[in-house]
Amino acid sequence: MTPGTHDVITDELVQQHGLSPEEYQRLLDVLGREPTIVELGVFSVMWSEHCSYKSSRIHLGRLPTTGPRVLIGPGENAGVVDLGDGYAACFKMESHNHPSYIEPYQGAATGVGGILRDVFTMGARPMALMDSLRFGRLEHPKTRGLVRGVVAGIAGYGNCMGIPTVAGETRFDRSYDGNCLVNAFCCGIVPSDRIFLGTTGAPGNKVFYVGAGTGRDGIHGATMASTEFGEGSEEKRPTVQVGDPFQEKLLLEACLELMEGTAIVGIQDMGAAGLTSSSVEMAGRGGRGLLLRLDQVPMRETGMVPYELLLSESQERMLIVIEPGREQEVLDVFRKWDLSVAEIGEVTDDGVWRCTWHGEEVAAIPVAVLTDAAPKYDRPQQAPPALPALPELVDPDPFGRLLVVLADPDISDKQWIWRQYDHQVGTDTVVRPGADAALVRIKGTAKHLGFVCDSNGRHVYLDPFVGTAGQVAECARNLACVGATPVGLSDCMNFGNPQKPEIMWQFARSVDGMAEACRALDVPVISGNVSLYNETDGVGILPTPGLAMVGLYEGPTPGVRARFSEGLEVALIGELGRGWLAGSVYARLMGFDRHGAPPPVEYTAERALHVALRALVAGGVVEVAHDLSDGGLLVALAECTLDGVGGRFDFATDAGTLYGEDHGRALIAYRPGARDRVSELLAGVHSEVIGQTGGSRLAVGHRTVDVADVARAWGHSFPDWLAGTSPTR
Amino acid sequence: MSARVAVVTFPGSNCDADLRHAVALFGMDPVAVWHKETTLPRVDAVLLPGGFSYGDYLRCGAIARFSPVMADVVAFAGRGGPVLGVCNGFQILTECGLVPGVLLRNEGLTFQCRDVNLRVEGRETPFTRDLVGQTLRLPIAHAEGNWFADPETVARVEGEGQVCFRYLGNPNGSLHDIAGVSNTRGNVVGLMPHPERYVEASLGGVDGSGVFRSLAASVGNPPIGANA
Repeated sequence: MTPGTHDVITDELVQQHGLSPEEYQRLLDVLGREPTIVELGVFSVMWSEHCSYKSSRIHLGRLPTTGPRVLIGPGENAGVVDLGDGYAACFKMESHNHPSYIEPYQGAATGVGGILRDVFTMGARPMALMDSLRFGRLEHPKTRGLVRGVVAGIAGYGNCMGIPTVAGETRFDRSYDGNCLVNAFCCGIVPSDRIFLGTTGAPGNKVFYVGAGTGRDGIHGATMASTEFGEGSEEKRPTVQVGDPFQEKLLLEACLELMEGTAIVGIQDMGAAGLTSSSVEMAGRGGRGLLLRLDQVPMRETGMVPYELLLSESQERMLIVIEPGREQEVLDVFRKWDLSVAEIGEVTDDGVWRCTWHGEEVAAIPVAVLTDAAPKYDRPQQAPPALPALPELVDPDPFGRLLVVLADPDISDKQWIWRQYDHQVGTDTVVRPGADAALVRIKGTAKHLGFVCDSNGRHVYLDPFVGTAGQVAECARNLACVGATPVGLSDCMNFGNPQKPEIMWQFARSVDGMAEACRALDVPVISGNVSLYNETDGVGILPTPGLAMVGLYEGPTPGVRARFSEGLEVALIGELGRGWLAGSVYARLMGFDRHGAPPPVEYTAERALHVALRALVAGGVVEVAHDLSDGGLLVALAECTLDGVGGRFDFATDAGTLYGEDHGRALIAYRPGARDRVSELLAGVHSEVIGQTGGSRLAVGHRTVDVADVARAWGHSFPDWLAGTSPTR
Repeated sequence: MSARVAVVTFPGSNCDADLRHAVALFGMDPVAVWHKETTLPRVDAVLLPGGFSYGDYLRCGAIARFSPVMADVVAFAGRGGPVLGVCNGFQILTECGLVPGVLLRNEGLTFQCRDVNLRVEGRETPFTRDLVGQTLRLPIAHAEGNWFADPETVARVEGEGQVCFRYLGNPNGSLHDIAGVSNTRGNVVGLMPHPERYVEASLGGVDGSGVFRSLAASVGNPPIGANA
């Protein structure tokens, strides 16, 4: 679909561009004339769900986005929070779901590339990556290939860039059979007084194009990502971009080098909708017009036309605005790094976004028409019918089911994945993948950043409000286990078709649950993105708000782990539990995964728990801190035995106590000599001693299991499935 | 006066800053050298860092060996100057022919980032003084670390004591479990594991320290006990 410049705009052409008849009428009204074909292409991407957030914008406004540390909230390439002493953290999470399903390696790779650019565009040197992944059932014929391709793509890009991938999460559910989720997160460090924005400055400023040349890849990617999949989705492969991490590494170094000087007025990465979106956004923020001479754009294919140049999503490209007279500085730096660099236009004072092609005007649209006048919908919402309650689960031997629970793909060992990611490059990774949260130091300071990403689509499906609030609480709890206090959250909202009232209801309730929990736990939402239309043949995914939370810890590197050593006393902070099984892994394994309500969050107790955990970890009082989440108490204990040291515990062995997934709980273990200090720091927080570590068996009451069997069940199931040597479960 | 240690940055190098950090921790003076330089500054040793020079789009290291600075690195090595290549740096050294063998795709075909145990062997080099016979735990992070050579070369390398580091538990299919080799003279060493990643206890290990202490001693740097 690459029309010429003078085609007649037919209804069919409008439809191919993803605009509804009403939206096209709106376009005619605000533009006051019929668009050229080039302009139609521009509207199609700028008014796509992906770029305009037309279904979600009115809801996202309810999230808390401010706080004493917030320097830049949502709306820029990434959010920024102040870390003190002149340092700031710049981070964002973004989806690359649709492209990753169509072409797993390149889709995932360019997801990583895109999020890296969002961060270094702001002047930040990237210091950590995370990924949140969702795939369909193990027995689905596409799942294995998608897992291999996506993981290889993330590894291929992140490793080459030399940015450590320090944490992540991967889960499986039948609802993702036809729509995998790939959410990539990046955080960088930027001097708090040297943050760069995507703006234009005054008229007369020069617009430079830097980075890789423009090709024909990824044309209409944003439009593709704004529709459901159906028959023939594989044919959309040409809309997927192709990544070149080597170019991006050069681009990173060149941009940061230029940023050391004062030449840059504004800088913006070319992501979704490429040159169009980046230039329009800059003009919008700067309140100016822009003139682009498209024939000056560096191209890597011959015969390209304006329509293609404007809509290509070729990777590893940036727009830079500088003051006149500073051109040589830009040329010198980018030539040093052997990158394309070209002056392609200038800032104007008429508020019009204008493109020429060898002197002839091919597009002229008022900037406000593309941005502020974009459709904004308050789509109808409808609560779905109530779900059946969780029936009484009949299980004569819940303890005996432990090895099956540990082998579940949502719980079992994912080393096969994270060993393919360089998680140590940069020599700052203090707590590595596989822990509750990662911890990465900032060299030359006592500051460390904690990173965690989490989302539990099953809990959100059962109740979007409560389920999402619970995830926020769990992220903060994970950070507390490495001593870190939350400083901000980035959200990646993965949902189905928003034109269905039940999906829109899920979305709105999820936003409200996140807002409530973020307010209660003092976590501002500083960046994020929305991915809708994650549906295939009319069936949507579990509502999956991917959350990535960043925390700050200051002090000597904490020695805390999530593995037992000999001779420790073990306590549970929080209640032994109400045995909340609805939404749990255990209930799913018993055949009831869409039943009941998810566990509620009690903010007062949750906050007190986080404060106590952070004090225990920062003070070096505990040797072990581990959050209770998927699989509940018994799984958390079993995970602590994976270094081969077991323990003897005393509590009831009913299914609810063993596998209930109530919030507000964590395990700690400490030397008996530290008991008084622990009690002191736990004053006012409910806790109880539940046992001691030691030996090679995990014993609860009179039931025991060998820790070697625990390690085997947990460690072998995922690689065996990938190798095709195990049954699918 | 501190010894000056060059760390070359190729386009796509990404462990150059890590190496400079480690060099400084052990009291030496790291000197960043851009690959387009045609001569090395006055230095006492040269380190080639890990990463993906030129994207590793051809064979790893195959393009970097033609970087302008490499002619002078080869000359420096020819004068007996200490040269160390880590990971991609090792790959570049094999492409220049400064150390024997080539590095193939890992046997398991995937990138591997994890700890390995190594035995330090062979004759002493500027990077393995007082280390021979020791077992070290160091991280690897590579997709192409599977060392290979023809049988004659393997026999010669083994016979001349050029194997400096040998895996205890082979992670990549490398012939004779070889993790690192030197040239015949012993002044040029390449290895796949990353000693610079394990020089601080808070990062998970200090077994890389010996390599930097050895270098400091070899270039006459005053000994210090750097170890944060």
